[in-house]
Amino acid sequence: MKLFMFLAAMCLPTFGVASEQYITLASTTSTQNSGLYDQILPKFTATTGIEVRVVAVGTGQALRIAKNGDADVLLVHHRPSEDAFVEDGFGVQRYDVMYNDFVIVGPNDDPAGVAIARSVAEAMVALYDTETIFISRGDESGTHKKERSLWAEAARNPSGSWYREIGAGMGAALNMASAVDGYTLTDRGTWLSFQNRGNLDLLFMGKNSLLNPYGVIVVNKELHPHIKSELAQRFVDWLISEAGQAAIGDVRIHGKQLFCPNASGQDQAKNKACPAS
Amino acid sequence: MESLSKAVQLIVAADPDLVAIVGLSLFVSLSATILASCMAIPLGGLLATYKFAGRRVILIFASSFMALPPVVVGLAVYLLLSRSGPLGSLGLLFTPTAMIIAQTCLIFPIVLVLSMEAVKPLARDYDRLMSAMDVPPFLRLRTLIWDARFGIFTALLAGFGRALAEVGAVIIVGGNINGLTRVMTTTIALETSKGNLQLAMALGLVLIFLALLVNSAIHAIARVGKKYEVTR
Repeated sequence: MKLFMFLAAMCLPTFGVASEQYITLASTTSTQNSGLYDQILPKFTATTGIEVRVVAVGTGQALRIAKNGDADVLLVHHRPSEDAFVEDGFGVQRYDVMYNDFVIVGPNDDPAGVAIARSVAEAMVALYDTETIFISRGDESGTHKKERSLWAEAARNPSGSWYREIGAGMGAALNMASAVDGYTLTDRGTWLSFQNRGNLDLLFMGKNSLLNPYGVIVVNKELHPHIKSELAQRFVDWLISEAGQAAIGDVRIHGKQLFCPNASGQDQAKNKACPAS
Repeated sequence: MESLSKAVQLIVAADPDLVAIVGLSLFVSLSATILASCMAIPLGGLLATYKFAGRRVILIFASSFMALPPVVVGLAVYLLLSRSGPLGSLGLLFTPTAMIIAQTCLIFPIVLVLSMEAVKPLARDYDRLMSAMDVPPFLRLRTLIWDARFGIFTALLAGFGRALAEVGAVIIVGGNINGLTRVMTTTIALETSKGNLQLAMALGLVLIFLALLVNSAIHAIARVGKKYEVTR
């Protein structure tokens, strides 16, 4: 009993945390693994005193967490899901924040000939026809949803032992692609920060056809009264402000820019400083 | 080999982030072990000592739950603590408390079954004597648990090891939040997904080193205890 009381006392600080100023952000592994939050959040906390607690999961799970009211704000990358989230009343409004692009990576000898494809559809057809190993996320993440839409655009329905749905995160997919000399679709941020490349090389960039836009949404307080919508809105306001956008544009890994801020609604294709162009 | 030298570096440098992560790992898993033991040891003793209706059912359930995947426990606790769940109003999700609850559920059956097994042979040996002396039930239970304490220690170590090593439950209910709910195993999972395999492996070695340290300490205590008993 004494032990129990001792333990309860030790747990108290964690109950007490609730009174401090913090918000919970449900987001994607791609943004966390690339180091985005490590670089921009300290700047936000320094200006506002609000701590941001990031729970990084796949886009599908992030949406689920936000729907349950377990996060105050959502930052993900699958436009149709984001719009549905707002339409269904779970979110207040979606804001553009930033974008980068998806790329196809694979073994550097490129047996499928993806590097010489003239369009992303052609690249997908090449992968399909040569039946070279392709690692699919298979986890309803933003990247997985994008991949499915690419197959649909190429009018191919992949199946067979070469097409491996692993049901795991981007890092796990890259690790596996690296281990078996397979291809995979990845966002550029995760790819740039990924350390275990082995024989993998960036083989195909789709420019405008493979844009990967991120949106931010405050969870609707009307559905979940405890949502800290005021603090969350301040976070969103900061993200799309000049200071926040500059902080995002400043994020570098190995000297390369990771994300292109686009909250001001500037034409994405014309933003020359960005990795997508 | 590279991982090993990196692990040594990490330990020697005592990086403050790493120290915080290690500290939280120990705090969460030790708390869960203590909490689970407070409930599981008395119940285990009871199951070993007395025959009562439902005993067999409890036993079958407890032994089956020893095989519970941590992810399932994590998911169950998540649904319980989610704002949309029955205990949502407590706001415990994504806190160390949530992680302690999940690990407690995970290791409770293990400590229960193993401590019952530790008490069982003693209960059999003492049965006649205690019945003849008409020892009241509570005292009987207390005596048996005390005398079986070294076996029960093993049960605690098994539970603690399981708690310290699991990643599936804490990553779901804790959310792997930097500086708040990030523990050794979730850090290893994160670094692996970043492709930092060397660092991930080094952290794994640090975890093993930690387990070694805790186990040696407990064994040392047990040995001192035994010696003291012999000389008494």
